[in-house]
Amino acid sequence: MQIKRNVTTLLIHLVLIVFSITMLIPFVWMFLTSFKSVTEATSINPFIILPKIWRKDSFINVSNNMNFILLYKNTLLMIAGRVIAAVLTATMAGYAFGRLNFKGKNLAFSVVLFQMMIPGQIFIIPQYLMVSKIGMLNTTFALVFPGFVTAFGTFLLRQFYMGLPKDLEEAARLDGCNIGQTFLFVMAPLTKSGMVALGIFTTVFAYKDLMWPMIVNPNNDKATLASALAKMQGQYASKFPELMAASLIACIPMILIYLLFQKQFIEGIATSGGKL
Amino acid sequence: MRKDYGKKTSWEKNQFIWGWFFILPTLLGLIILNIIPIFQTIYQSFFKTGDFGKGNIFVGFSNYTRMFQDKAIWQALWNTVKYAIVEVPFSIVIALILAVFLNRKMAGRAIYRTIFFLPMVAAPAAIAMVWRWLYNSEFGLINHLIGRKINWISNPDIAIFAIAVIGIWSIVGYNMVLFLAGLQEVPRDYYEAASIDGASGIFQLLKITVPLISPTIFFVAVTRVIGAFQVFDLIFMVMDKTNPALIKTQSLVYLFYRYSFTEANKGYGSAIIVLLLVVILILTGFQLFAQKKWVHYN
Repeated sequence: MQIKRNVTTLLIHLVLIVFSITMLIPFVWMFLTSFKSVTEATSINPFIILPKIWRKDSFINVSNNMNFILLYKNTLLMIAGRVIAAVLTATMAGYAFGRLNFKGKNLAFSVVLFQMMIPGQIFIIPQYLMVSKIGMLNTTFALVFPGFVTAFGTFLLRQFYMGLPKDLEEAARLDGCNIGQTFLFVMAPLTKSGMVALGIFTTVFAYKDLMWPMIVNPNNDKATLASALAKMQGQYASKFPELMAASLIACIPMILIYLLFQKQFIEGIATSGGKL
Repeated sequence: MRKDYGKKTSWEKNQFIWGWFFILPTLLGLIILNIIPIFQTIYQSFFKTGDFGKGNIFVGFSNYTRMFQDKAIWQALWNTVKYAIVEVPFSIVIALILAVFLNRKMAGRAIYRTIFFLPMVAAPAAIAMVWRWLYNSEFGLINHLIGRKINWISNPDIAIFAIAVIGIWSIVGYNMVLFLAGLQEVPRDYYEAASIDGASGIFQLLKITVPLISPTIFFVAVTRVIGAFQVFDLIFMVMDKTNPALIKTQSLVYLFYRYSFTEANKGYGSAIIVLLLVVILILTGFQLFAQKKWVHYN
């Protein structure tokens, strides 16, 4: 029995290791290619895995052509705007939907549920026309715009509020708190993990958003990392080391943040993704 | 008694005021950003954007009649279906197996989980570029490893599947995390009882694990189908406009983007996205109907 168990564990590790390698190869190849010369990257005979000299040329070239500081800044502002707006509005609405009883609540909540069932692209043309009509194309406001409110986040926070015990609210009420104070000082602090989950979820999907930043940035001065990478691909055609260097520069910050807070990331995604 | 009653009504009145105060920003935002745009998009689909993007000309159903005769649209729908047929089942089955493997106390569990989830935090443009490089027919790592010269992304017969592989690679860790969360809820004693009865691993997986986490599987399946039908980033980034396989890989959302924002024909773009909405609603409805056959809620 013990031997059989060990063999099973060993086999499982084998499968997991092979799969880990598959998952990592693209990242490793991105890393290695970015330090090669074009000749090295495209040499077949001999096939070169490690660069002979670790060249920084590609990184220097793309940094001269692309203002990464600006791209980081634009991306960060977009993420910050969306996270703050989403957490703020969803915390408030989630509390009302989860804990209060008032006329019109169910109708309002059906709007939330309805939005969640509709594919997002259907909103894009009208949203673009709104931003364009008020003359806000090429602004941070435009980047944040579709994320000012979140049906999904409202639903998520509502689930968190519904899981809290009832006596807390009653105790606060007996102590003379009104609803606003009860929300602000008693209930909202208890959903911190829900807010963190929503914040992480919003961060990941804002960072990955490609179509919207491309559409609302015709002048490119508010381009994000994602949209700028999409644009540079055409200019660099088959200069693979440069393409990989730019990709690496764009991905590194998020990967580092993920590695530092991986527990929060994975739990945040698990709770937000699974709470629907 | 009387005082108590009075308190209660004022509390109820307060709930009404506070409740609406709390939901007002979200509700207003949803109405302006989402609900009105749905009707605007449907409305727009009955118009043709005038030359130079100026003025809307009412054209009735002609965007729709054009769409139904447009071979590229049907091809795009078929491409999207092919992408989904590969991406959804594979990403779910692989993720489920990985989750079952990781759902135990073992060395390196956290490291495996971290690695599998890694693509989720990479920019889609970067993912697309590195895979293009891996797929490169002359110098790509994949062709070098298998010693052939396959045109992964320019051969119209296989390009959509090559893209679906990138899709699987990108999403499998996300699905796995959701399954791991679902597996936490499965009581341990089910497995112990099965082990004592001498049930094999595969038997346990199919007869115990799958039914017990079928609500999670159902949820992931529904959201993955919706996600797969909205595929855009990968196709937009991997396929050049000059790629001979483009016509056999472009998705509905890709065409929506092209018509709406490159060719400035927002009317036709709107009609395409209304078609996508209808397709997704039918598929989701079908899945909701079919779940009764295989999803077990306690």
